Amino acid sequence: MKTRHKRMAFILVGLAGLAVAATLVLNALNSNLALYISPTEVLAGNAPKDKTFRLGGMVVEDSLEREDDGLTVHFKVTDSANTIPVVFTGILPDLFEEGQGVVAQGRMRDGVFTATEVLAKHDENYMPKEVAEMMEEGEKLKQQQQTGAPVIQ
Amino acid sequence: MGLKDSIAWYYFSAPKSFYPLAGKLIPWFWGLAIVLTVVGLYMSFFVAPTDYKQGESYRIMFIHVPAAWMSMLIYLVMAIYAIIGLAWKVRLADMMASALAPTGAMFTFLALWTGAFWGKPTWGTYWVWDARLTSELILLFLYIGFISLQSAIDDPRRAAKASGLLAIVGVINLPIIYFSVTWWNTLHQGASVSPTMAPKMASIMLTTMLIMTFAFWMYTIAITLMRVRRIILERERQTTWVMELVSDEKGGRK
Repeated sequence: MKTRHKRMAFILVGLAGLAVAATLVLNALNSNLALYISPTEVLAGNAPKDKTFRLGGMVVEDSLEREDDGLTVHFKVTDSANTIPVVFTGILPDLFEEGQGVVAQGRMRDGVFTATEVLAKHDENYMPKEVAEMMEEGEKLKQQQQTGAPVIQ
Repeated sequence: MGLKDSIAWYYFSAPKSFYPLAGKLIPWFWGLAIVLTVVGLYMSFFVAPTDYKQGESYRIMFIHVPAAWMSMLIYLVMAIYAIIGLAWKVRLADMMASALAPTGAMFTFLALWTGAFWGKPTWGTYWVWDARLTSELILLFLYIGFISLQSAIDDPRRAAKASGLLAIVGVINLPIIYFSVTWWNTLHQGASVSPTMAPKMASIMLTTMLIMTFAFWMYTIAITLMRVRRIILERERQTTWVMELVSDEKGGRK
């Protein structure tokens, strides 16, 4: 075996060992590397009891309600299996929307998640407004056809 | 690979013959970089349509995504040069690794910086310690570590060995950055463009982003070749060819 092949083999074996070590460490840290936990995990009791944590999921459609002070909002966060009501006093980010992803920091109080910070999580889709409208119309049309409702044009 | 190719490969791995080749290539890569940047920026601001959800702020993407891609690509190339330098003792490979590092660090910083300014209007925060942002920050530290390690050790061969080892170990971070958004839940959204899926953005937006990526790529090559020429002169200053080159230049000026 030539010296340079030996050095190459040494580097490759070293890298492989490092990869295994990194995988083990990341697996062990798995729950700490997650930014937020889902409503299902919270209801299963996996959320920290006396510490703040981040709750993540989708804002339930038609669940957003504003109080008269104009700042306090109520909405529900779901992971499609379970839903948790959230209350937040403050300014919501621009991209906060019903049916969109959200990550809220706070703690559970009497079954309600009291948030101190609300962040919007947007998806990876980018398109012009016209295309988005066309796709929405197409989706409606498809649903009408599936449910057998008459298509009004 | 034929015998002729392998001879050319060995020929240009010598700093003495690579120095003039790099000098000839630099203007071409600068030209490409400038043309592509002008076209790419024009398309970013005036041709690409407004996004249906994010409005105009999504245009940061045309700098942010190419910068983030380049930050990872440059690191990978740097680590490959480090492996060649360590295993084959090719001096030019060590020099290329050193020449790439500052540009890689610059693009990593650019990705983090533009990301912060994108995060504020969309997510509602400049920074969050999620897996994607944190691993990209670690990449910046790896670049800074590589550069500081090189400047801390005076002997260039020992410096190349130590920093090369750091570069190789740091490669572990690249798959972590890339897959962080699928492995863990993060605030950062998943990939819009990936080799395995159809792109999740309008084709004109994708074209603009790819043009900007090629612009950054050409810039990286141009600036790295300039930097490696300087490094060659510095590290080979004891050799006769550099001394002759310098004395010729001095003579020419008189």
